[in-house]
Amino acid sequence: MAAITSDVEVEVRRPRRGVVVGILLVAWVAVYFVLRGIDTLTLGSQETTTLHRWLTDHRDDLGQGNVVFDAIRMTVDQFVVLLQNLLAQPAYGRPVPVIGWLGVVAVAAYLAWAFGNWKVALLTAAGLGFVGLQGLWRESMDTLALTIAAVLLSLLVAIPLGIWAGLSNRAFRVATLVLDLMQTLPTFVYLAPLTLFFAIGPAAATIATLVYAAPPAVRLTAHAIRSVPAESVEAARSLGSTRSQTLTKVLLPMSRSTVVVGINQTIMAALSMVTVAALINAPGLGDTVLKALETLDVGVAFNGGLAIVVLAIVLDRVTTAAGDRPWRTASRRRRILLAAGAAGVLVAVWFSRTYVWAAEFPTSVNIGSRIAVTTSNLTNWVQDVFGGFTYGVRDAVTKGVLNPLEALLTGSPWWLVATVVVALAAVLGRWRGALPAAVCSLLLVATGVWHDSMVTLASTLLATVVVVAVGLVLGVWAGRNRRVDTWIRPVLDAGQTMPPFVYLVPFLALFGTSRFTAIAAAIVFAVPVTTKIVADGIKAVPVATVEAANSVGSSNWQVISKVQLPVARRAITLAVNQGLIYVLSMVVVGGLVGAQALGYDVYAGFTQSELYGKGLAAGLAIVLLGVLLDRVTQAAARRTQRFPRRGDKL
Amino acid sequence: MKKLRYAGVLTAVALALTGCGGEKIGSQQPAADGGNGKECGTFNLAVNPWVGYEANAAVVAYVATKDLGCEVVKKNLKEEISWQGFGTGEVDAVLENWGHEDLKKKYIEEQKVAVAAGSTGVKGVIGWYVPPWMAQQYPDITDWRNLNKYAALFKTSESGGKGQLLDGDPSYVTNDEALVKNLKLNYEVVQSGSETALIQAFRIAEKDKKPLLAYFYEPQWFFNELKLVKVNLPKYTAGCDADPAKVACDYPPYDLDKVVSKKFADSGSPAYDLVKNFQWTNEDQNAVARSIAVDKLTPDVAAEKWVKENRAKVDGWLGK
Amino acid sequence: MTAQLEYPEVQDSDALLSIQGLWKVFGPKAQRVPHRPDLAALDRAALYTRTGCTAAVRDLSFDVAPGEVFVVMGLSGSGKSTLVRCLTRLIEPTAGSLIFEGEDLRAADEKRLRTLRRSKFSMVFQHFGLLPHRKVIDNVSYGLEIRGESKPDRRRRAQEVIDLVGLAGNEHFYPEQLSGGMQQRVGLARALANDPDVLLFDEPFSALDPLIRREMQNEVVRLHREVGKTMVFVTHDLSEALRLGDRILLMRDGGAVQLGTGDELVGAPADEYVRDFVRDVPRADVLTLRWIVRDARPGEPLDGPEVGPDVLVREATRLVLEADRPVKVVSNGTLLGVIDDEEILAVVADH
Repeated sequence: MAAITSDVEVEVRRPRRGVVVGILLVAWVAVYFVLRGIDTLTLGSQETTTLHRWLTDHRDDLGQGNVVFDAIRMTVDQFVVLLQNLLAQPAYGRPVPVIGWLGVVAVAAYLAWAFGNWKVALLTAAGLGFVGLQGLWRESMDTLALTIAAVLLSLLVAIPLGIWAGLSNRAFRVATLVLDLMQTLPTFVYLAPLTLFFAIGPAAATIATLVYAAPPAVRLTAHAIRSVPAESVEAARSLGSTRSQTLTKVLLPMSRSTVVVGINQTIMAALSMVTVAALINAPGLGDTVLKALETLDVGVAFNGGLAIVVLAIVLDRVTTAAGDRPWRTASRRRRILLAAGAAGVLVAVWFSRTYVWAAEFPTSVNIGSRIAVTTSNLTNWVQDVFGGFTYGVRDAVTKGVLNPLEALLTGSPWWLVATVVVALAAVLGRWRGALPAAVCSLLLVATGVWHDSMVTLASTLLATVVVVAVGLVLGVWAGRNRRVDTWIRPVLDAGQTMPPFVYLVPFLALFGTSRFTAIAAAIVFAVPVTTKIVADGIKAVPVATVEAANSVGSSNWQVISKVQLPVARRAITLAVNQGLIYVLSMVVVGGLVGAQALGYDVYAGFTQSELYGKGLAAGLAIVLLGVLLDRVTQAAARRTQRFPRRGDKL
Repeated sequence: MKKLRYAGVLTAVALALTGCGGEKIGSQQPAADGGNGKECGTFNLAVNPWVGYEANAAVVAYVATKDLGCEVVKKNLKEEISWQGFGTGEVDAVLENWGHEDLKKKYIEEQKVAVAAGSTGVKGVIGWYVPPWMAQQYPDITDWRNLNKYAALFKTSESGGKGQLLDGDPSYVTNDEALVKNLKLNYEVVQSGSETALIQAFRIAEKDKKPLLAYFYEPQWFFNELKLVKVNLPKYTAGCDADPAKVACDYPPYDLDKVVSKKFADSGSPAYDLVKNFQWTNEDQNAVARSIAVDKLTPDVAAEKWVKENRAKVDGWLGK
Repeated sequence: MTAQLEYPEVQDSDALLSIQGLWKVFGPKAQRVPHRPDLAALDRAALYTRTGCTAAVRDLSFDVAPGEVFVVMGLSGSGKSTLVRCLTRLIEPTAGSLIFEGEDLRAADEKRLRTLRRSKFSMVFQHFGLLPHRKVIDNVSYGLEIRGESKPDRRRRAQEVIDLVGLAGNEHFYPEQLSGGMQQRVGLARALANDPDVLLFDEPFSALDPLIRREMQNEVVRLHREVGKTMVFVTHDLSEALRLGDRILLMRDGGAVQLGTGDELVGAPADEYVRDFVRDVPRADVLTLRWIVRDARPGEPLDGPEVGPDVLVREATRLVLEADRPVKVVSNGTLLGVIDDEEILAVVADH
């Protein structure tokens, strides 16, 4: 209600922004040729600054033996172990888990049916059966137990925070900043300290996953609360509801479906952390993948990765179906069926506790090794056929685009780059852009890894541009065509949850050890989320609006460019933001295949205790790059959408 | 389609009718853990992520379980975190340590939570390697003095006009940047960032006859697949690497050793004696590593196979 | 409702709701605007340029009598919806006083305000503001639920109002299963359920089809007759305002343009804006003979038929046109004047 924009917009004629940006860039290039090589703040890969050494020395100061941390650890550990005992590990003096595979499949399918529908119940049973046939039942159950624990704990933290951020503007602003930090700060930066505070074990793995997975739930809960129609809230207030009554009886129930989308994203994020968590002894599929990669066994790694993808798809579809369920209570017939189903489930659970065949997944049929062999053959074939060509592409892109861009960023004096960035931000977003740009630039200098930041920035820019371009094309396509959407979703889910380590090996074969390989990996990881958000945005464009455009004889292209994309602008801004965050969250993985710079620094800090401080600084630099790029694009987006909104009610 | 809903219920009923056969849980209770020394208890063994280490861990774990009756808990951890575990009591032993003077200083000398437990007998070599085809085609490339002659061959999109020297996983300390500078080589060090990247690079280099110069090390299971050839740098002499900035000689030979937690060493556990006595050769380790990496045996089966063939050595560790 | 009632001059003490100098300003440092005469005097555009603020309600004063239907009318953006929300402080006013039954509402604390909202006021919203996750009956009993009434009690009461608004038989549907008109009946029932003294309507029927709208208007008329609540009714539809309103407040840019009965607005527009506004109204349906009566000319025959002054022009048309002499307008035996074909035709043929 308070958002009043006047229809008296004072328009000052100023030169077009494109021209100003162009002049700035040309001027930068010109000055670069004069000042090249001065003040570039280069730091060797083994060199450190005072700050880095100070951070290294004080790494262990926080928390070890802290009572609070211990309490958290104990609780989380017990919770995870309980779930593992139920699903995965032999427990309570028996050689098998509490519930055997038949019971797990029955319970899972039943829950999917009760909260969703019978279609997702079938999918659940099929998915779990598939991972069993892959020969990965126990690993999958370990992963599932850990994921459930991490997701439940995430929600325990995220939903209250999301509600708070949904109700208070100030909390919302703070939360956005913190969430950006949580999502872009590389896990490797806090993985080692976490194991120090929470010890090696399920707790540390769960909490590492939580840090990465909670943000989407917070964001979407806040968004959901904010999207509840103002009139429903006013209606509740006008009848004299207290704050808590409004919250529990109006805001929360009406936010349900959006919150479920958040839960969904949290599950996906949690599953994408499975392999990283395996580095600190988290059991399950991540371990399978990592072990296979020690010997570069792509087939076995893929088999493990595929199981993660299958779990992700099952969990995604079930939660989506649960979120889409209408408000109506179950019909009488359905209630009877549900009761009958519950009885059937109990029978299945009893079987799985009594008979060996229902407790341990049969090993007579194992499609896992066949999947592994087929994958190996396929990747070998791809490498043989495309090997030469892909090197050509790599060299062309690297020499044509990446190297010049990187040279400009790394070769210019730092103050020149900072000035240009702040000026650009000011043109694009006035002070809203310029202020964060200036602060971030200075902090980047302070981290001592300016040069590496610029190398990473060059790759990030290139990757983000490609991600946004591909995401827009795919997203518009999927948003306009239901069938495409149906077919493309599982592929996107795979891209999002397949551990990058799995496809990095073939990528290394195709593109060698290079920054390009890292960029390609980042693109694979970030395109899905961008595509999904764009597709949802396009789908949300009112049918009437599209019909109106068609009725005046617009071509398809005109409908897309003049109607759908502009109307879906908010979604596209979000897609760019998330694309960027996802690209940045792959920086460290990129460091493992030759991206060097910040990603390498972070990983080196993780593996070499003397470089810890530098790794932390590099991790913070990644966050700063993220905040910088995000704030500038957001500010630019805000400027372009400042048309007066006459219809606003006073 | 509605019928499908009933199908679920029917299936459950069908299972109830047909499934009432089969073995019951508990009827095939595995024999209680055999072994003599019941006092061993739990033995927390860190497993660092490379195959050679896994070979060590497999054999030690196998012997500790079968001969000592220990309950071995393997923990998959990176080195740094394994050492951290000495302090928190969650790791008892690290079985293959490559140098890591920094960690030794921190955990053995300063925090006094770990103690050295002697050599594994395996000798580690670090250096610069080329794929076999290059050594054949350019025999003199194995001498560092000729590297500049071939620098142009090693140019890539990443090396900025110079020859590329590919470095690996940052877990291993390297002097490569200093070496290139001090030996006045026209090369650029490019960080591949991982062992996976290095191995894949060598594979492609050999297959497509592409030039590659990279940091690598032995023992490594990959030598079973490809016999990489080491480039000879100026000979290592004691102390020639004292100042990391001025180093201009080859890497020292590494005596790979074992480290255990102080608590474990003082516990009197027979597993500690096993770890202390455990010692074998590069060939032994390679045999087990080969079983794991190439023949795809599980670590346990690979260990069993080796132990059967080398019972005498194992008895030696056990003091029999 | 079309017959006009005689209103006594409303005194403060008699008013159910008395509003004095009410302001609502949106924008940075909104507080200063009402208190500084130089700012308060600025028009909308100037105020925005000068301060970045917008006055949605500016300096309104009026009283609402018990049992009255008080209509607030204006175009969109005129501030009428903000005004009606200010009355129960759903939106906090920037300045001015709100007296309800002698109690200063602006001084009421959160708790007191809640009590008042639970028992004295109810509101019906433009887009209904229903809760999609609750059945009709649970929507209707929401207000009773939050004030802690027992389930049987609130079921009974909810059923009463559901019957009253003609929703019987739909209790167990969800809002999304009902048509717009039916949904607004739910909104109405919800507002009536806690038996308030004042019903506030915020453009309740503007989202409905014309036929449904008319039906719902009749429903309000009926309810007003049956339950006799005081109503404040916001609308942008003049015919709706004229149909329902005992008195109408016409707003523009947050300020009052004219306050009066429907025929006052049509018969004596305060300025050009109001004149423009009521131009298309069929005046014969709104104006009474009182508005067109003239003094008898000398020598005019005064033996024509007699009618009262509060008869609508439309209703008197046939009589006047068929009479062969001027019709006398008589109130309580006093001759107010006469009306001839000329006067009638001037109104009827107006547009």
